[in-house]
Amino acid sequence: MLRRQQYREKGLEVGFLLVALASIATLAGIMVFLFSEGLPVFKSVSVRGFLLGRLWYPTSTPPDFGILPMIVASLLVMIGSSVIAVPLGVMTAIFLAEIASSRVREVVKPMVELLAALPSVVIGFLGMIVVAPFLQETLGIPTGLNLLNASLMLALMSVPTIASISEDAIFSVPASLKEASLALGATHWETIGRVIVPSSISGISTAVILGMSRAIGETMVVLMVAGGAALIPASIFSPVRPMTASIAAEMEETPFGGAHYHALFATGIVLFLITLVFNLVADYVSHRFRQAGEASL
Amino acid sequence: MALEATADRLASAAELGLSERLRVRIKTRRQRRQKIIFLLFRLAAVINGAALLSVLLFLLAKGWRAISWTFLTQPPYEAMTKGGILPCIVGTVALGLGAILVALPIGVISAVYLHEYAREGRAVRLIRLGINNLAGVPSVVFGLFGLAFFVVWLRLGVSILSGALTLAALSLPVIIASAEEAFRSVPDTYREASYGLGATKAQTVFRVVLPTALPGILTGAILGLSRAAGETAPIMFTAAVFFRPDLPHSLLDPVMALPYHIFVLATAGTNIELTRPLQYGTALVLIVLVLGLNLVAILYRSRLRRQR
Repeated sequence: MLRRQQYREKGLEVGFLLVALASIATLAGIMVFLFSEGLPVFKSVSVRGFLLGRLWYPTSTPPDFGILPMIVASLLVMIGSSVIAVPLGVMTAIFLAEIASSRVREVVKPMVELLAALPSVVIGFLGMIVVAPFLQETLGIPTGLNLLNASLMLALMSVPTIASISEDAIFSVPASLKEASLALGATHWETIGRVIVPSSISGISTAVILGMSRAIGETMVVLMVAGGAALIPASIFSPVRPMTASIAAEMEETPFGGAHYHALFATGIVLFLITLVFNLVADYVSHRFRQAGEASL
Repeated sequence: MALEATADRLASAAELGLSERLRVRIKTRRQRRQKIIFLLFRLAAVINGAALLSVLLFLLAKGWRAISWTFLTQPPYEAMTKGGILPCIVGTVALGLGAILVALPIGVISAVYLHEYAREGRAVRLIRLGINNLAGVPSVVFGLFGLAFFVVWLRLGVSILSGALTLAALSLPVIIASAEEAFRSVPDTYREASYGLGATKAQTVFRVVLPTALPGILTGAILGLSRAAGETAPIMFTAAVFFRPDLPHSLLDPVMALPYHIFVLATAGTNIELTRPLQYGTALVLIVLVLGLNLVAILYRSRLRRQR
């Protein structure tokens, strides 16, 4: 009787473990299908030619599959959005964790969460019909759908990510550290700048990396507002075509199984590997550099 | 950097020997600096709020006129320049619910294993790494995966089923994270009391831990649902179609969906300017749906936290 119960318990545990492996299995499945559908493109173009080629004419004969302009565009919109989103996000986090009274916090924190929940297609839509005409008129540029617009809209999307993860890290700095600093006569700001931020820097870095990774992987916003030109941009007012936009725009019009189809999956591989590196670095940072004190992420 | 530190040390050493009046003045200068800097921080927070409110108010102002009974209960007609968005609402609800029905059990069981059964070790570290990385996969890559695996390889076609499964994969990490948080908040004394009464591990999990954590799990499910409902890129190649006025009959039918409809009308519609009101209306409906779900989850969660 007892024996059977033990078997059942063990069986359940193994069953649970198998289900828990679903996430890894999905991740593995994503890799398997990306590679099996993407690698065939290298029959028609070399890896070097694919990554460093500047010409993207997938439908001409013979086709050109060079995704360098897309890689550059992805990196540039990521950098552009980080320039805005990192200070804004970290400052918001510090405000929420350290400065705001609990009443203000209870109002602002849900707002940040709701901002994070805004569907990307809506942000892209507003970027198209509000921000683009505004930029075009005030700056007198040929098109408002460009690198700058994409960076602004992406910043709006990554600020909440950066803010909420950083806030968790800042919030978990032990009160004893803060109290020690205040007791030594430091002002609240000096305590934030010299004690609290340094001791939660691993969490803040993780937040920044994840925010950047979110920006480079974001699709709808760049598809709608980046302008779509597969050229290496000359300035921040040039239209660009990040990798995500290229995949989303072309996949629907591409005949299944052709070289173009494989090229888009190969673009997906590059995108996937970049975000994978970002996530692994974030994971490494958050585990390697433990928080000060008893708290950890 | 080193210079700064030295200067600071000198400053504070000097401060010790200074006259009382001077010390007060330095102190007020430090405090004034703090005031200015805190003002900047406050401003950063205000920008967040302002961004959210302006998005909401703008869509409300532009979109409410488009909302009518016809808009919510009719399919689009005359090349999508008139009519409503009923098929899109139905499609989005079907995709979102389908995704949650698949992801919720898998996510909760994963969290049960990670929090209740597993001992920290290499296997758990690996599973967590998988979850974290899955959370970071770009949505369009989920779309590619869904296309290659569900649509083509499993021959499910462009359908509700393919889209829901793709969205399930995408929302899995969200659900696992919030379920784990829910389990963490169940006090260990509950578990110990259960063991003390002679219950087995499984009995403890099913009769004590899960029921206590249920509200937290539900919150996570709502958040996952809202995330799935708002996504566009994963359903572009797996479930959504440009135009399909009749409602889906089976899970293997393709559907229209709110986010995709906004995208199509705004970028590739037959008459982009003419359908502007429809675009605003559709965006408003999507926002109300997604943010409404989020608000419910946020309020519910803060009530739960206060109860503890």
